[in-house]
Amino acid sequence: MQKLLLLGDEAIAQGAIDGGISGFYAYPGTPSTEIMEYAQKSKEVAQKGIHCKWSANEKTAMEAAIGMSYTGKRAMVQMKHVGMNVAADPFLNSSITGVNGGLIVVAADDPSMHSSQNEQDSRFYGDFALVPILEPSNQQEAYEMTKNGFELSEKFNVPIVLRVTTRLAHSRADIKLGDKKEQLKVKLPEDPRQYVLLPGIARRNYKKLLEMQSSIQQASNDSIYNRYIDGNNKKIGIVACGIGFNYLMENFDGECPYPVVKVSQYPIPKNHIQKLRKECESILVLEDGYPFVEKQLKSFFDEGIKIMGRLDGSLPRDGELNPNIVAKALGIKDSETLQIPEVVKMRPPSLCQGCGHRDVYEALNIALEDYEKGRVFADIGCYTLGALPPFNTVNSCVDMGASITMAIGASDAGLIPAVAVIGDSTFTHSGMTGLLDAVIKNSPILVLISDNFTTGMTGGQDSAAKNRIVDICKGIGVDPDHLRTIVPLKSNYEKNLAIIKEELAYNGLSVVVAQRECIQTAKRGRKQQAKNK
Amino acid sequence: MKKDIILAGVGGQGILTIAAIIGSTAVKKNLYLKQAEVHGMSQRGGDVQSHLRISDKPIYSDLIAKGSADMILSVEPMESLRYLPFLKKDGYVITSTFTFKNIPNYPEDEEVYAEIDKLPNKIALDAEQIAKDIENPRASNVVVLGAAAPFLGFTIEELEGGIKDLFGNKGDDVVESNIKALHAGYNFAKSKIK
Repeated sequence: MQKLLLLGDEAIAQGAIDGGISGFYAYPGTPSTEIMEYAQKSKEVAQKGIHCKWSANEKTAMEAAIGMSYTGKRAMVQMKHVGMNVAADPFLNSSITGVNGGLIVVAADDPSMHSSQNEQDSRFYGDFALVPILEPSNQQEAYEMTKNGFELSEKFNVPIVLRVTTRLAHSRADIKLGDKKEQLKVKLPEDPRQYVLLPGIARRNYKKLLEMQSSIQQASNDSIYNRYIDGNNKKIGIVACGIGFNYLMENFDGECPYPVVKVSQYPIPKNHIQKLRKECESILVLEDGYPFVEKQLKSFFDEGIKIMGRLDGSLPRDGELNPNIVAKALGIKDSETLQIPEVVKMRPPSLCQGCGHRDVYEALNIALEDYEKGRVFADIGCYTLGALPPFNTVNSCVDMGASITMAIGASDAGLIPAVAVIGDSTFTHSGMTGLLDAVIKNSPILVLISDNFTTGMTGGQDSAAKNRIVDICKGIGVDPDHLRTIVPLKSNYEKNLAIIKEELAYNGLSVVVAQRECIQTAKRGRKQQAKNK
Repeated sequence: MKKDIILAGVGGQGILTIAAIIGSTAVKKNLYLKQAEVHGMSQRGGDVQSHLRISDKPIYSDLIAKGSADMILSVEPMESLRYLPFLKKDGYVITSTFTFKNIPNYPEDEEVYAEIDKLPNKIALDAEQIAKDIENPRASNVVVLGAAAPFLGFTIEELEGGIKDLFGNKGDDVVESNIKALHAGYNFAKSKIK
């Protein structure tokens, strides 16, 4: 049997390959990025002709995956948790259309916000869409659940949500691979109107989805991923979800004295939970993310039993779980540990030395000296670090594309000029439509597109915007006289400063595109060139 | 056999290379392994750590509990101190003394060294200088790995195998110079633990 050392993300990708996938769809986002990267590097994926190109954003990725599922082939779409918000429209409707080929939606959550702006819990999306949710407790389960997930999706005629968190996504373990399933052939839906969500058809489909719920519940009750594990000490019964199970077992070396329900498939397995309720005096819920299960149990049992978790303070309300937090909730005493010496200082991330974003901010800061502070709306990417010293330039970072639209709103309110700073990949993800709004109103804003020809923050993936930004801006209707390009280098400082100042002074929409390759991808490119010689 | 190791450094310093060499060595010996990494924003010059766990029994948690790491293996001295709460009482700190200063308030070198000096079990070496001495300045991370070798539960030959697995496709020269770096660190550590 072949054994591989894989990240949770990579195990998901390999599981999809072995499960007969025909198309991976995604936009990069930590901690989901490595799924697509693994597929793109896989020789097997290339040989089998499996689709593995990046999409412009999560919504287009989700829709393309629905399209592939429509044809009868198996597809998967991967995104970080906030990507689910972008894809929410097609995602929620995909449970009404139902599927044809199996469809898996991977949502990689980021509790503790290691690399995100919130820690929303994607299990709510699965619940919202009335579809099964799989939450692996380890890399091996991640592999197997993905591999078998397509069939689960086909069986119930719904997309499946595979929810992981950063810790599993970015942790490596040895994985045993199993047999391989073949890709499916094109076979269009039997009902040609299955995907036509006209109200009449949608109502019919929705009823079918509702009727399916009891079977979906039964599948959870019977799932091999959900287990009741008995224990002698009935003072507490523990519901351990996803990787919460590992932290529990870590504390007892695998021999937990309390009865445990391990949950890795939702809806929650009511049979096991009811048994736990009968056997135990209280219930402790261990779950990474929001108190999703805890809330359900509270209403399920109508306050008839003490339920401990993130809501009652047994566990912190925010942040990811770890073995120590779980130990504390179980009343296990902390051993004394060494302290971090005072001499240790914070080391926040920063823009690389030589990065073009630095030159952009240096010039912008000087250009803005003539105006009152607080007018720079930024976006999601490396350049968000412009909020930190030494730049302190940026006043916002909300969601993909919000720089341009927030600048529009602020200028509507009289904050003139307002400045938007956005990267190339973020611009094509969700900035273009906002720019169209600005064109139509001729909003007095300066849009600074810091174009480094890549999706930098997530590690340098291909950017859909590469070599297209200026043409896109022209096409959207930006006045060519106020569509300027600069090269953000020290040697161009004076020239760049003058251009930014001119466009700040213009009482209408200006776009300045700062074009210089990311130094990380440039370095990698040079290495690759040297290797090819 | 069970080893819990915290790998520490600054984004870009190559701690994941160390992890990959140890990981490959462990898997070849049919050991279980879990290794939590940091990807994403912190990689841009921020502090990064990896929890590396090896055992002959199945491993549950991807994260090491506080007070239970056998070793902190760090390529930067201040970063070696950041994770002290994870270290066992009799655990070892193996760190390079070469400071990486990308923050304005980095402490004086001597203050950092004084804190490391207080620890009962430590190997502190100027991995940067040692790597330069053997004319492979980019292999300072492998030098630090070499210094940890006596405590890892692998033979030096087994770790050499891990290096071959990782750098094999980059040519014999790269493999050889990294094995040299491994031995340079190993010899330093051996001279300190008599």
